[in-house]
Amino acid sequence: MGKLLVKEREIVIPGQELAEGLDYLPGQGTFREDNKIIANYLGLLSTNERFIKVIPLTGRYIPKVNDLVIGKVVEIGFYGWSIDIGSAYNAMLSIRDAAEFIERDDDLTKYYDYGDLVVAKINKVTRSKSIDLTTKGPGLKKLDGGKIIDVTPSKVPRMIGKQGSMIQLIKEKTGCNIIIGQNGRVWIKGESTEKEILASNAIIKIEQESHTEGLTDKIKKMLEKK
Amino acid sequence: MSYEKRFSGRKFDEMREIEAKVGIIKRADGSALFRIGDTIAIAAVYGPRELHPRFLQNPETGILRCNYDMISFSVPERKRPGPSRRQVEISLVTEKALLPVVDLKQFQNSVIDVFIQIIQANSGTRCAGITAASLALAHAGIPMRDMVSSVSVGKVGNKILIDLDKDEEDHEDATDIPMAITNRGKQITLLQLDGNITKKDFIEALKLGMGGCEKIAKVQEKALKDYYRSKNE
Repeated sequence: MGKLLVKEREIVIPGQELAEGLDYLPGQGTFREDNKIIANYLGLLSTNERFIKVIPLTGRYIPKVNDLVIGKVVEIGFYGWSIDIGSAYNAMLSIRDAAEFIERDDDLTKYYDYGDLVVAKINKVTRSKSIDLTTKGPGLKKLDGGKIIDVTPSKVPRMIGKQGSMIQLIKEKTGCNIIIGQNGRVWIKGESTEKEILASNAIIKIEQESHTEGLTDKIKKMLEKK
Repeated sequence: MSYEKRFSGRKFDEMREIEAKVGIIKRADGSALFRIGDTIAIAAVYGPRELHPRFLQNPETGILRCNYDMISFSVPERKRPGPSRRQVEISLVTEKALLPVVDLKQFQNSVIDVFIQIIQANSGTRCAGITAASLALAHAGIPMRDMVSSVSVGKVGNKILIDLDKDEEDHEDATDIPMAITNRGKQITLLQLDGNITKKDFIEALKLGMGGCEKIAKVQEKALKDYYRSKNE
C-alpha cells in the first residue's frame, strides 16, 4: 500500500515528493519517477481518492477551449485582430468569428481598435498553440469604460465561488458590474469611483487570501463595514 | 603554506549567514532574493512569453534565457556597467545549470527570461545568482522537475573549505570550485574550477559542497512556503 507524504491542501514546491507506491496516480502538476510521485510546480496539494494533483498558486494563463477571457487588441491584420490574453501566446480573432457584420474591405479599426478590451470566448486551441477567439455569443462584447485589474489566473475559481456565490456577493454589495475572465483579468464598472474601488479592493483581498478558509464571510464583513 | 584559521573566523565547513525571500519584485512573474553573507543576488523571471527575434523560436520547445549582471555599486571599486566577457560566461553557465530542471516542452516558440542582478558582491555571486534564479522560477509557476541550489567550495592553503569570501578567494594559494546540484536528485548541474587541486581533495570538497547545498535547499523550501503562509494570518 502506498503512502501519502504530504497532507491535503498543503503547499508543495517543485521537486517535492508527494507520495510513495504505485497505487497512487499522478494527476495535473505532478509526475512519476521510479515509484514516487513528485510535484511539478509550486501549488497546493489536492487528492481525489488515488489521484494526486497540484493546484498552481502562480503562473501564466493556459488557454482552454470555451473559457471566457478578457483580451486587449495589440495588432490588426487583413483577416482579423491579434489579441493579448495574458498567456504565452497572442490569440487571433478572425473577421469570421466577430459578432458584427463586417463588409468587405472595411476598416477593421471601426469595430475593434488598438488597445480596445474585448470579452471573448476561446474557440479553438491547436497543438502548436495558436488560439482562436470568438465574440459571437451572449455577453461577449467590446468593453466600454470601467477599470481592469489583473489577478493570478489560478485564483479565478475562488473569485467566482461556488455557483458564483462570491462574485454575486460583491456585485450585490457594491452594485458594480463585474466580468471575470478565466485569464485573470477582472473588469469592474460601477456607478461611482468609490464603489469601483471597493469592489477592486475586495477582489485584491480574495487574491491575497485565496488559499485560506472562510473567505466569503471575511469579504462580506469587509464590504458591509464601509 | 598552511591556513590555520579563516579570515572571517568561521569554521572550515561553515557557510555564511543565509537568507532567502520570494516575491520581491511586484511586476515580475516571479522573483527572489538570496543573500549569503555580504553577497546579495536578486532574480526576476518573466514569461513564458513570445520570443523575439522570431528566428530564435523553436517550434519543439521553449527557450530559457538567463542574464547575469553586477550592478556598478556592488563592488568596492565601481564596476563599469555593460556587458563583459565575464558576464556572458556566467549568464551561459547559469542557463546550463537551470536548464536540466525546467520543463520547457509545453512552451513551444516562447521564452522564459531570467534576469539576475548582483546588488552586493563578496564572492560566490554566480552561486547566489543560480540559487535565487531557481527560487524565482518556482515562484513564477514554471513547471520544474526539481530545484537547484548552489554553493562554492575550495581549497585555501592546505584546507578544504566551503563558501569562500573575497579575502580567501584572493589568497595566493586558493582554489575556487563553484558547484550547483539539484535538490532531490543530487545531480551536478554546474561545476567550474579555478586553481589547482588533487583528485582526493576534489572529491572531499564536492562532498562538503553537497552538504552545504542541502542546507540551502531547506532555506529555499522555507522561503517559498513562508511566502504563502505569512498571508494566511
